[in-house]
Amino acid sequence: MEILVCIKQVPGSNKVEVDPVTGVLKRNGADSKMNPYDLYALECGLKLKEQYGGRVSVITMGPPQAQAIIKEAYAMGADAGAIVSDRAFGGADVLATAHTLAQGIKKFGKFDIILCGLQTTDGDTAQVGPEVSEQLDIPCVCNVKEIKGVEGDNILVDMEMAQDIEHLKVSFPCLITVQKDIVQPRLPSYLKKKDTEDREIVMYTLKDMEDQNKNNYGLNGSATQVQRIFPPTSDKVQVTWDDPADVLAEKIYSTIKSRKLLG
Amino acid sequence: MGKLIVHQDKVTDINAMISICPFNALEEKDGKLEVNAGCKLCKLCVKKGQPGAMEYVEEEVKTVDKSLWNGITVYVDHVNGEIHPVTFELLGKAGELAKKINHPVYAIFIGSGIEKKAEELLHYGVDKVFVVDAPELKEFQMESYTAAFEAFVNEIKPSAILVGATPVGRQLAPRVASRFNTGLTADCTILDIHENTDLVQIRPAFGGNIMAEILTPNSRPQLATVRYKIMDAPERSAEAKGEIVKISVPAEKLKTRTQVLGITQKQKEKSIENADILVVAGRGLKKKEDLDLVRELADALGGDIACTRPLAEAGWLDAKHQIGLSGRTVRPRLIITCGVSGAIQFVAGMNNSDNIFAINTDPNASIFKVANYAVIGDIYEVIPKLIEQVKQGKGVKA
Ligand SMILES: Cc1cc2nc3c(=O)[nH]c(=O)nc-3n(C[C@H](O)[C@H](O)[C@H](O)COP(=O)(O)OP(=O)(O)OC[C@H]3O[C@@H](n4cnc5c(N)ncnc54)[C@H](O)[C@@H]3O)c2cc1C
Ligand SMILES: Cc1cc2nc3c(=O)[nH]c(=O)nc-3n(C[C@H](O)[C@H](O)[C@H](O)COP(=O)(O)OP(=O)(O)OC[C@H]3O[C@@H](n4cnc5c(N)ncnc54)[C@H](O)[C@@H]3O)c2cc1C
Ligand code: SF4
Repeated sequence: MEILVCIKQVPGSNKVEVDPVTGVLKRNGADSKMNPYDLYALECGLKLKEQYGGRVSVITMGPPQAQAIIKEAYAMGADAGAIVSDRAFGGADVLATAHTLAQGIKKFGKFDIILCGLQTTDGDTAQVGPEVSEQLDIPCVCNVKEIKGVEGDNILVDMEMAQDIEHLKVSFPCLITVQKDIVQPRLPSYLKKKDTEDREIVMYTLKDMEDQNKNNYGLNGSATQVQRIFPPTSDKVQVTWDDPADVLAEKIYSTIKSRKLLG
Repeated sequence: MGKLIVHQDKVTDINAMISICPFNALEEKDGKLEVNAGCKLCKLCVKKGQPGAMEYVEEEVKTVDKSLWNGITVYVDHVNGEIHPVTFELLGKAGELAKKINHPVYAIFIGSGIEKKAEELLHYGVDKVFVVDAPELKEFQMESYTAAFEAFVNEIKPSAILVGATPVGRQLAPRVASRFNTGLTADCTILDIHENTDLVQIRPAFGGNIMAEILTPNSRPQLATVRYKIMDAPERSAEAKGEIVKISVPAEKLKTRTQVLGITQKQKEKSIENADILVVAGRGLKKKEDLDLVRELADALGGDIACTRPLAEAGWLDAKHQIGLSGRTVRPRLIITCGVSGAIQFVAGMNNSDNIFAINTDPNASIFKVANYAVIGDIYEVIPKLIEQVKQGKGVKA
């Protein structure tokens, strides 16, 4: 079974600030890490391999530094990795990201199951998975809370919905996005890290892609445009009350009542 | 749309340039300044760099005839025809937006045996409800629902589509957006519209630490998802207005490569994640029995009880009630913390609550930094009095 996991490098902390003058993101510290949600996807991939055999590959789109998370995936047990990186891919929204990833995936190999995290901690849209599935024209199930197993050329999954759980049988090739906590991700192993130090990381740039039209990538291929970013304004009250208990109770109650907060 | 050009002759200090870029997208290669794939085209290096060193050039953009795309549409989220309330909230918003640009309000309702249920929508200011009703659409499957959606978009050509950020909406909307090669903005909290019909979409990112204003200027339809309880639902009008229009989709288009084997109802347990009102017990409580006090307050307010980790660990309450990093993330309209110190692992799970009241004896407790109402007092004195107030207010004898 060929399994592919999509992983993204995100800032080490999402405590970003916006420069009020330039409107530009200020990141505290340049450190970055693998999107925590992708660890669950990767673990699901590794478990499937352990149970049914096959290979686990990972792919990421990002700047060259993003190779770091592929190495991390190797240390967790991934067999092969590819990075899709080119200046022309910069500034991509979900549409362009999904197109680029889909192009890279086609180049990278044929996969039975593609796993994605539910969302990321930076862009936080949860849209890349389903958009990639559309670009590849394969079935997709999101919000998977349990992988029941593989049956022939199908995977059995439980999708969490608002009020119920839908039990689905999905035929290969398919894309699945998994929820946080679906499994407990393993820690990278020091031995594996040593072993895989020199393992190849395939690099794809625009010239490797089937679609050579530059306008379908990066900022040009993006349908959404961020006009500006700004700090969240808060109209939040901040008051302190230091009174006798009955006065406090009275203040709390009248505030709750006047703000229509009662159930 | 555009690209960045480096004028090497104007670069006087490479390292100074590199340090400007917040995304580590500038680097040195063979003594030259280069832009790598990390560039987000934020243009900071153009503004702040050495004069003339970086140039941003606009490139030609693809355009779309926006006048051909008409109507603000709401996707009707439902389970077996039971309409999710986010739908009504979105209809309210769609009405406001449509009025500004003089467009109609549409709803698209996809399912099986739903035609009758569509009538309810006519009480919420919609001009037309488009219904795709077919047995294949009984359960949500991404491929069949996308096919139905596609038929609607091709036939009606709506300018904008608002989708509730429910488990269905969050996966259906991207598949549809991708099929039409158009933009989708996730989890908008503010929506407005320009005269040229461009939807102004404002959304939080980076875990709510920043807000982004996003447009979809060169493609149609424009899609946006919006969470439940962000917009205000309009009043239901007594009379029904507007019409119901059927759209039929050939059965072979509704084929899927997924098969629904069954559906299990989720345990209908009330979870604190969905609660509107929460009263939280912390270690300020001296013994397990004192939870009754907190529970009584929660009951009086019509809310639920939650706790910090030490209480869950001690087995005072089930782990389901624990708020925080290793517990649940909650976002109630009202939260009252009682004897909670406000450790960051706790705060991470509740700091997006709308109205935070914190009762604590310690004026320096960190919970007061996130509280909207910092109540310095003893829970054993304040809570009983507060329960009394609430009960009196409700006309119940204390
Ligand atoms: C403030 C801000 C707001 C934004 N808002 C929007 C918006 O509303 N609409 C929009 O279209 N774009 C938006 N973007 C751009 C968007 O974040 C990026 O396009 C990003 O490439 C993809 O989205 P994500 O991080 O939300 O991923 P998600 O869709 O949340 O990621 C889900 C999963 O997809 C996979 N994945 C995602 N990215 C990659 C990758 N680069 N390589 C490999 N696997 C990946 C991972 O498995 C991940 O767990 C925004 C960006 C910023 C900075
Ligand atoms: C990795 C990790 C994950 C964690 N995850 C979570 C999590 O998910 N959720 C969580 O809650 N914690 C979590 N914790 C624990 C967290 O750090 C705190 O220890 C915990 O939140 C403290 O709980 P508390 O506020 O109830 O207790 P305390 O910190 O002991 O605070 C009790 C407070 O009650 C006040 N008080 C005492 N008597 C009274 C009175 N009579 N009237 C009014 N106030 C009074 C005190 O002034 C004090 O501020 C985590 C910790 C770690 C290391
Ligand atoms: S435009 Fe922004 S992201 Fe790109 S190189 Fe300049 S500063 Fe860095």
